[in-house]
Amino acid sequence: MSTRLPGSERTPMTRFLDTRLGTWTGFAAAALVLFGLAPLVLSGFRLGLLAQFLCYAIVAVGIGLAWGRGGMLTLGQGVFFGMGAYLMAMHLKMADARFEGGPGAVPDFMELAGIRELPAYWAPFASPVFTVAAILVLPTAFAVLLGLAVFKRRVKGAYFAILSQALAGAFAILLIGQQSLGGFNGLSRFRYFFGFTLADPANQRMLYFIAAAVLLAVVAVSLQLRRSRYGELLVAVRDAEERVRFLGYDAANVKVVAYAAAALFAAVAGAVFVPIVGIISPASIGIVPSIMFLLGVAIGGRASLVGPVVGALVVAWAQTALSEQFPSAWTYAQGLLFILVIALLPGGLASAAALTKRFRTKPTPVEAAA
Amino acid sequence: MPHRFPLPARLARALAASAALTGLLATAACGARAGEETVAAESCLDTSGDTVKVGALNSLSGTMAISETTVRDAIRLAVDELNAAGGVQGKQIEIVAEDGASEPTVFAEKAEKLIREDCVAAVFGGWTSASRKAMLPVFEDNDSLLYYPVQYEGLEASENIFYTGATTNQQIIPALDYLAETGAESLYLVGSDYVFPRTANAIINAYAEAHGIEVLGEDYVTLGSTEFSTIVNQVKSAGADAVFNTLNGDSNVAFFREYANVGLTAADMPVMSVSIAEEEVGGIGVENIEGQLAAWNYYQTLDSPANSAFVEAFKAAYGADRVTSDPMEAAYTSVHLWAATVEKAGSFAVADVQAAADGVSFDGPEGTVVIDGDNHHVTKTARIGEISADGLLYTVWESPAPIEPDPFLEGYDWAADLSVTE
Repeated sequence: MSTRLPGSERTPMTRFLDTRLGTWTGFAAAALVLFGLAPLVLSGFRLGLLAQFLCYAIVAVGIGLAWGRGGMLTLGQGVFFGMGAYLMAMHLKMADARFEGGPGAVPDFMELAGIRELPAYWAPFASPVFTVAAILVLPTAFAVLLGLAVFKRRVKGAYFAILSQALAGAFAILLIGQQSLGGFNGLSRFRYFFGFTLADPANQRMLYFIAAAVLLAVVAVSLQLRRSRYGELLVAVRDAEERVRFLGYDAANVKVVAYAAAALFAAVAGAVFVPIVGIISPASIGIVPSIMFLLGVAIGGRASLVGPVVGALVVAWAQTALSEQFPSAWTYAQGLLFILVIALLPGGLASAAALTKRFRTKPTPVEAAA
Repeated sequence: MPHRFPLPARLARALAASAALTGLLATAACGARAGEETVAAESCLDTSGDTVKVGALNSLSGTMAISETTVRDAIRLAVDELNAAGGVQGKQIEIVAEDGASEPTVFAEKAEKLIREDCVAAVFGGWTSASRKAMLPVFEDNDSLLYYPVQYEGLEASENIFYTGATTNQQIIPALDYLAETGAESLYLVGSDYVFPRTANAIINAYAEAHGIEVLGEDYVTLGSTEFSTIVNQVKSAGADAVFNTLNGDSNVAFFREYANVGLTAADMPVMSVSIAEEEVGGIGVENIEGQLAAWNYYQTLDSPANSAFVEAFKAAYGADRVTSDPMEAAYTSVHLWAATVEKAGSFAVADVQAAADGVSFDGPEGTVVIDGDNHHVTKTARIGEISADGLLYTVWESPAPIEPDPFLEGYDWAADLSVTE
């Protein structure tokens, strides 16, 4: 395929990583950093922050697949992130209420809102098995249905972007109106996570390990999808949907799979996010957070495998570091960072390596054509 | 016929392997289980040096920045005063500033950073209920102290939070008493859709039922909504004796403009607001809101030596055009209350401050406030203010004495159904 998005250029580095040995080396290095180095050098608080950022990175891997490989500008991943997060939060609130008040107890925030009877849809979330199943199935199923409805009608480009963003806005507004889901304040004050006390630093560290493991797993799945025939087909749909259709494939189905995978990743990220951060509210899942998810991917390089992960981590880290250094002026610094990266590295940070290569050697005709 | 879908062959293996990895890690958890005693993180507060750090956590960006930056200024003023007077326990106080960015998750993150990385003795800040609810578990889990300076919906009492703004029996109930005394027999309720207005209106409904007041309507708008023509017309046609307004933020601007637009005035249908202070009057436009009522515990125009000194010092520090408002005063007072408690305890340690808190008082701009050691709230004088043409609020009624805080409304029979057992 001659058309390559910026960020997916071949460099010696990426060529090595594409070999079997390279892949294992890459995963081993990532595992070493995440499981060995980070817990050693970071304080408990910083490790917790990193765990939170890893959740954003998990969402980013999904966006990289749907947008970078599939060309679907998913401006509304907050919806799926929020679904996963709220489903998990409902279970944690139920478990806390059961543990402290016995069966029949109502989560604390409901008593404040004047709700004395447990709403029927809350009851199943007392079961951890049901909750985990719901987190894996509900957002994915929703994405499949939505994807079928949208892609079968060949809605794409800016129309799809607007639609997905509107969905995120509507979802946040819907939640604000639901007093039985905490309304504007959302759900917070969780004590236990599947029977473990969240206040214990050892358990907080374990949550970090879970987030890191999920990230590696999600990257592995994404890698397998990219290297498969399906992955080739997805890129083909991105670059020339009509031609793929002409060859006899149903382009909509191809897109739905990537969209659903991105939704699943986001939902799992949301579910892991909740016990780590300790709160989920409509403010974390609406239009602005959805754009922030996308921004990290754009900064990192949407078409590469690691670019979205790096971008999500860099954006989140920059936000925290800048706001700690300049509490009243950090938003300007952050804006400047975005402008610089997008102006100088349109392919994201992942294209930086290719950029140096371009300076060293004359572009080959193929690359020049791209 | 369409091609068969090319499902990746190795995908299943990758999925199984990653599921196994995650499961393995999850079961390897070694921390405390539910019900077991947990070892809370040790406080890293170091008082051996010449300075002690405190945190100031307010939104300096986002929608709440306009209100919360004023609170930051008040906190800084109070700390500067403490330092000029020789510090607390002979130590200079250093502020570590953080931006809550109007986001509950950021408030939680920064609170944890202040406690665990900066080792602050206490944190001052927070505004929205959402920000407080997000920070509460952080302060409880790390056993640290938050001083929260804004009036709120009550029904909460944490060992780790000192509430220096009014709870409902120091603001909403006096406002209702005032309306009832001045002859209001019917009310219309307008509020933003979040926990404070909903709780306030639950209290108002219970009060109204017990006192023979009719509630003619109850409307909520999304936070930040500026579309009020329908609601204001409903208010107008309902013809209530007064409107009780629990809107927050920008919505007030649109509401009062529309209110004046349809010809409603303070004389024929007064609006009692609980979130409009000196800062907000300018934004709404004084011509739209002149003569309307507000319920707070402090106004810039209070006539007392302590308040004159506070207003003068604030203007000297930040400019003559600045105004002082209730949350700013409460934040300023909270810093002094913390300092007084530390002096009484003779220690900066959280447990010592908690133990010494009961009965600690400070002669603040609003009058003398005393900490209630049981519920960590403070006594406050309720004041009804009228917005005048100069954009300031003037007291038209005040409670004869400071009111004891009663966050769970245990002293009110009609509120029995509302309050939640702790």
